[in-house]
Amino acid sequence: MEPEAPTPTNASAVRRSPFIQPGYTFGSVTDKIGSIVLTRRFGKGWWAGFLLAFSLVLLLMYSMTYLFVKGVGIWGINIPVGWGFAIVNFVWWIGIGHAGTLISAILLLLNQTWRTSINRFAEAMTLFAVACAGLYPVMHLGRPWFAYWLFPYPNVMGVWPQFRSPLMWDVFAVSTYFTVSLLFWFIGLLPDLATLRDRATKRAHKIVYGILAMGWRGSATHWYRYQTAYLLLAGLATPLVISVHTVVSFDFAVGIIPGWHTTIFPPYFVAGAIYSGFAMVLTLAIPLRAAYGLKDFITMRHLDNMAKVMLATGLIVGYGYVIEFFTGWYSDNKYEFFVAMNRLFGPYAPFYWALICCNLIAPQLLWFPKIRRNVVVLFVMSLVVNVGMWLERFVIVVTSLHRDFLPSSWGMYEGTRWDWFIFVGTMGLFVALLFLFIRFLPMISIFEMRELVSETSGHEGGD
Amino acid sequence: MATRRPRIYGLLAEFKQPEQLVAAAREARTAGYRRMDGYTPFAVEGLAEALGRRSTHVPLITLIGGIAGGTGGFLLQYWAATIAYPINVGGRPFNSWPMFIPITFEMTILGAALSAVLGMLALNGLPMPYHPLFNEPRFALASRDRFFLCIEARDPRFDRAQTRQYLESLGPQAVMEVENL
Amino acid sequence: MTPLDLAAVRAKLEGKKGKHYWRSLEELADDPRFEEMLHREFPRHASELRPGVDRRAFLKVMGASLAFAGLAGCGVKPEEKIVPYVRQPEGMILGVSQYYATTMTLGGSAIGLLVETHEGRPTKIEGNPKHPASLGATDVFAQASVLELYDPDRSSVVTYLGEIRPWSALLTEIQSAMAEQKGTKGAGLRFLTGTVISPTLAAQMESLLATVPDAKWHQWEAAGTDSVREGSRLAFGRYVGTYYNIEKADVIVSLDADFLTSGAGCLRYAREFSRRRIPDVVGGMTRLYAVESMPTSTGAMADHRLPLRPSEVRGFAAALAAKLGVGVAGSSSSGVEFADWIAAVARDLQMHRGASVVIAGQEQPEEVHALAHAINHALGNDGTTVFHTDSIEARPTNQIASLVDLANDLDAGRVQTLVILGCNPVYDGPADLVFEQKLLKAGRRIHLSSYPDETSALCQWHVPMTHFLESWSDARAYDGTASIVQPLIAPLYGGKSVHELIAAFAGQPEAAGYDIVRTYWKKELGGDFEAAWRRALNDGFISGTQLPAVSVTPLSGPIPAAWGAAAPSEPGKYEIAFRADPAVYDGRFANNAWLEELPKPITRLTWDNAAMVGPNTAQALRLTYTIDSTGGEHGQIHVDRARLEYQGRTLDAATWIVPGLPDGLVVLHLGYGRSRAGKVGDNLGFNANTLRNSAAQWGGAGLRVSKISGSTYTLACVQFHSAIEGRELVRVATLDEYHANPKFAQQMLEEPPPGLTLYPNAHEYNGNAWALSIDLNRCNGCNACVVACQSENNIPVVGKEQVMAGREMHWIRIDRYYEGSGPEALDNPETHFQPVTCMQCEDAPCELVCPVGATNHSAEGLNDMVYNRCVGTRYCSNNCPYKVRRFNFLAYSDWDTPALKMLRNPEVTVRSRGVMEKCTYCIQRITKARIAADKEDRPVRDGEIVTACQQACPSEAIVFGNKNDSASRVAALKANPRNYGMLAELGVRPRTTYLAAVRNPNPELEKGGGHGA
Repeated sequence: MEPEAPTPTNASAVRRSPFIQPGYTFGSVTDKIGSIVLTRRFGKGWWAGFLLAFSLVLLLMYSMTYLFVKGVGIWGINIPVGWGFAIVNFVWWIGIGHAGTLISAILLLLNQTWRTSINRFAEAMTLFAVACAGLYPVMHLGRPWFAYWLFPYPNVMGVWPQFRSPLMWDVFAVSTYFTVSLLFWFIGLLPDLATLRDRATKRAHKIVYGILAMGWRGSATHWYRYQTAYLLLAGLATPLVISVHTVVSFDFAVGIIPGWHTTIFPPYFVAGAIYSGFAMVLTLAIPLRAAYGLKDFITMRHLDNMAKVMLATGLIVGYGYVIEFFTGWYSDNKYEFFVAMNRLFGPYAPFYWALICCNLIAPQLLWFPKIRRNVVVLFVMSLVVNVGMWLERFVIVVTSLHRDFLPSSWGMYEGTRWDWFIFVGTMGLFVALLFLFIRFLPMISIFEMRELVSETSGHEGGD
Repeated sequence: MATRRPRIYGLLAEFKQPEQLVAAAREARTAGYRRMDGYTPFAVEGLAEALGRRSTHVPLITLIGGIAGGTGGFLLQYWAATIAYPINVGGRPFNSWPMFIPITFEMTILGAALSAVLGMLALNGLPMPYHPLFNEPRFALASRDRFFLCIEARDPRFDRAQTRQYLESLGPQAVMEVENL
Repeated sequence: MTPLDLAAVRAKLEGKKGKHYWRSLEELADDPRFEEMLHREFPRHASELRPGVDRRAFLKVMGASLAFAGLAGCGVKPEEKIVPYVRQPEGMILGVSQYYATTMTLGGSAIGLLVETHEGRPTKIEGNPKHPASLGATDVFAQASVLELYDPDRSSVVTYLGEIRPWSALLTEIQSAMAEQKGTKGAGLRFLTGTVISPTLAAQMESLLATVPDAKWHQWEAAGTDSVREGSRLAFGRYVGTYYNIEKADVIVSLDADFLTSGAGCLRYAREFSRRRIPDVVGGMTRLYAVESMPTSTGAMADHRLPLRPSEVRGFAAALAAKLGVGVAGSSSSGVEFADWIAAVARDLQMHRGASVVIAGQEQPEEVHALAHAINHALGNDGTTVFHTDSIEARPTNQIASLVDLANDLDAGRVQTLVILGCNPVYDGPADLVFEQKLLKAGRRIHLSSYPDETSALCQWHVPMTHFLESWSDARAYDGTASIVQPLIAPLYGGKSVHELIAAFAGQPEAAGYDIVRTYWKKELGGDFEAAWRRALNDGFISGTQLPAVSVTPLSGPIPAAWGAAAPSEPGKYEIAFRADPAVYDGRFANNAWLEELPKPITRLTWDNAAMVGPNTAQALRLTYTIDSTGGEHGQIHVDRARLEYQGRTLDAATWIVPGLPDGLVVLHLGYGRSRAGKVGDNLGFNANTLRNSAAQWGGAGLRVSKISGSTYTLACVQFHSAIEGRELVRVATLDEYHANPKFAQQMLEEPPPGLTLYPNAHEYNGNAWALSIDLNRCNGCNACVVACQSENNIPVVGKEQVMAGREMHWIRIDRYYEGSGPEALDNPETHFQPVTCMQCEDAPCELVCPVGATNHSAEGLNDMVYNRCVGTRYCSNNCPYKVRRFNFLAYSDWDTPALKMLRNPEVTVRSRGVMEKCTYCIQRITKARIAADKEDRPVRDGEIVTACQQACPSEAIVFGNKNDSASRVAALKANPRNYGMLAELGVRPRTTYLAAVRNPNPELEKGGGHGA
């Protein structure tokens, strides 16, 4: 663990402070980041963390096997509450993924240089989150072995998917999202893979990174096309990321169920996604920068900016909550109004109030610069928001379903231990993948850091 | 002479600073060299122009890919829902096009993104595991902190001795011959 | 373990023929190696091979049972010649079902049935339209009886002390027994049967007893009608059978009688009653006053309901009688607190002399029946709405006295041979008789029953009894019409009928049931017997055999004041009332999973009974409940247990709060807490018989109730939320309101015009447009439709745990809502039933959201469900505003038990795990009719298609048809001003619509508000 670099405390200083501590050269940046992968040895901490996460992955495997053998009846779902943890977690994970794309694409278009040092692992986070999310739609099927029926392929039955169903939109949106994120991430990695290939001393490294680098040699012509393509991808990923959570929100908004059938959902879901996403980036960035001594690259100013984004999106989400109740009341629709009241005072009221505290009240602390710059508080805050956003999805899915039109069919839902096993399992999967990522790939974009060096530290790039 | 493949790939000049490379590239071009390329650890502004690269086709390819994906996506839904297997779903018309929009959109993005990436790789001739430049040990620094200018042997004005002299006149760290095994 | 290959299996099966073949396959299926092979051959089905899940073990065990394996050769046609109802007997066309008429008896009543058979397998019970006691309708017990037929738990062998014996061994035993008894004129011989309404059996018994004059024949029904019998004797001096013509009655007063859903003739009464519940029916709407203790369907249908403890009813009856001038010695003190009620009712009755009827409940003491007879007589109802005949029972007996007599004889050691025919006194005998001990004092005990039950366990000889669908017999319906019981299939588990066993005692061991019944009627009918017999078998009954009316007059003179005196209520003590369970009756149906899982009409409880109390009583006893967060209101409720102490005997039972149940009363249903019912029925609920005693078999005062603090019990209730939350789901008006504005229902909420949509008329339905109409004014919540649907559509049973999780599978459910304001709301709410099927919405929300198009619309406007396309996202169910879709969360259908395979309707897919299912308007029946129509190149006629629920409904509340056919009944009903669509305001355009309920309250009582006093 390296000594904490002097971090400015007062506001103006932070605002002026560079996104990379001075004194770095092309070479030192390259070596510092590259060495984490190439030379640094697997610490005890890494092993401990990885094995813990992996044991959760084993739990996931076990639970899924049991699920596929027995059926979704092992979960708490029932009639009327046909969807439970599976969909809640699906939306939650997808939401988390959004920050990565946002940072890498939108901030790139907005020319926010501070994204440089966080976009790489933010994108990785996106991929892994979407991977976790992607498990659920398959798991929650009554007959998962027919999951492929959701894809349009010519078949002897001559039937096709029903493209009017929001679930079909999900299939396309999520798979597109995953593909594009993967491309974006890999293209971003390409020059760094070349760097690793050239720095590599171990034979295995040489071979693997050699293959992955595809023979990249930093030709000016290549760089020229490369940047065009990268920019175009960013331009494409931006509307994509907006559309994905919009489509996810359609799963509910298209439904007829009071509490789902709301036009505010798309923007409100997207904001929520970014909100939770940035929370997760903080949750990851804060320990990482400490563990791998990257405080010089992921500076206080980064954390400060991310906190601000959280505050902003948090307010949008809050607006969503308010509008839901306004429409419930203003529509003069007894069902809508009942759902609103049922959320406030019904059997699931504790969940609702908890989510209000986590998502609406707690984040208001971020108005204070002192809080934004207190790493510990910020970390806790990010966890709180993650919990809050999970609760939000739970409230939307469950409280709308459990008491809909006919009082005769009102019921309640509660996750069984299998619901929890699988949820925790996907968390394990997510963390395990991250652990592998930070060990085998540069968690910060090296070539972009070099650019940053050449921009900030003028011409002293060479040694 | 033109038919015989030259024994060496070209001459490689190493610079410390991106600006030096850009200047050198501009020099060499005015000196009439054409078959040359710069190699840098990150995208150096103005280098491509200095080497006389004109616009690339990547945006066009992307546009085409996007259009193809979008129309393909819509036609698939339209065909499946109204021609291949028309069924009455919830009293909606077979061609309830407003509900086909989301997928059409996603397919547009997918088509565009795939063609942008694959197009870029194709134009760059990647993947290309072997390249003569890799024969030069110092070239490894091109992905770290050195900036190289390579005048290839294929260049009509290329002459081993003269070109080397010329390159050294540009004040590089070193000039190396790149072998073409 | 060496894997076993198919060749080996075949080899193993070689040389095994017929029945053995199947038994072997069963063995193989149980063979782990065979199973392993299956897993290898069909990996995907491997999981489905396992029946259900552990918690549904009872079905698994059913699967494991081998006892019946021999039958799977299936479709064993009876040897005797029986006559199909619609088609010629010869040439059974494969795949074409045949209908045979038969009769089911329960307690002292009989209803005529038509039984659908596929290739000789009875699969579905339907009512016999020609039969007076059925008119085409059925009750839940008849519907579910077909499941009992195949129940693998039924006993299949004669046993002596638990060891298998041949029939011949029993015969020798019987011969020696008779030989002994002949000497003593049968002084030591006793026969115990249920209420016998079979003329043939009666004749057999008489002739048998003629040979052994001192032998005694006892009768016992746990849910018997002693008070009805004794009441008639009290009133007329002799046993008289009484039945009613409800359709002629303008005013009906029920004295704690649930005549619409229980007792002999209830199906007919429900039909007749419903015919008079149409607001603008000729002769005007009938008015029903119900005085009752346990809230019942009849009370729910009543225009005025007065909750009274059973003991108070007697006082009420006396007071009413007094008001009507039926002499009561002295002035009855009781009944003053509801004097205005009595006055109003009396006045109403007076105004409808000769067109009114007063009916007393079978649980009411004989005095109340006598009073009812007297009142009816005084009102001149005899001969118009009330008819007296000789009793339909072969030998009317005061059964409780008869049982006590038997118990005493046993105790005194006067009984050497006791023959128990089909009843189970050890379980359902009054506790004070301690029958299980006295029984053992009989040297030779022979028990004939369909299950090895509590009584079999204490008898040396157990003889399997045939199911009524397997045996010949006959019975008299409520009006005396002799009905023939003819078998649909040879006995699946061997077994003997009562007739055959009695014949054995009479020295004709090899007499077949067929011959016994036939010879009896040959004697009776005479004339051209063959034709008459053939016709009788065809119709299911012998026309013209209803008993002639007898003219009797109630004993004149003053009625003793004691009758009117309310039972003294001891302070701090409560009153207890026992009732037959609406689902498992007196316990004989305890092993019937369909009935166990049937939500009981008022309480909506499944799989249990409970000590039911009114809200105030619950408060006084500090009884509480908590709703579990799994399943919630639609699943599991944790309730307090209470200790009931009645006449020195105690029972710890779960408690359940029932609005409308009078204060100070605890009601307990019979039929639960059985220890030897079978794998399904063992140890469910609480045994009320442990509190019953012969002095007061329907309960009485002096009950001590104390909450057992800290001890709770979990009940599976499918609808705990009873408030309608001010939503216009059930629409009700009074008759006056209706006359003022017939369209009140439609005006409660506006329905969006058809054009108001993004896609106006995207699809036209010009051909058949199937639709359903449900009349809320007629439905009395009897549940027959629910079981009929379960039987017709192969709907699986899920078990108590799954019901508690909120996963029951019924395609049609009967929602129950309470309505009322102020104290009324709890103490005497208005109760509404609402059957809910799939609404077959034209713009179905469920279809839109299915990603694989597994549910979509047919050209005839049906919301079709394509099971084998369904991947189980459950999105459709979420998006269904009516929540009528049902999901196979686990492998609910039993894929293994051969007997249950025979039960299934071959025209309906058996759904696998992970598949959504729902009501399809019995599409298999629609298709069948459409094919028939197409063959004859004609349109489907109205009434040609009858859905299972419609068919079972006694009150004709459900009508199915083509709404495009202006001549059809359903079209007419849709044009009815009362017609409205539930949640139609959502714009889903439901095909199932409702006819709003119209109540006919007495203006005099209206001020009291809506319903009660």
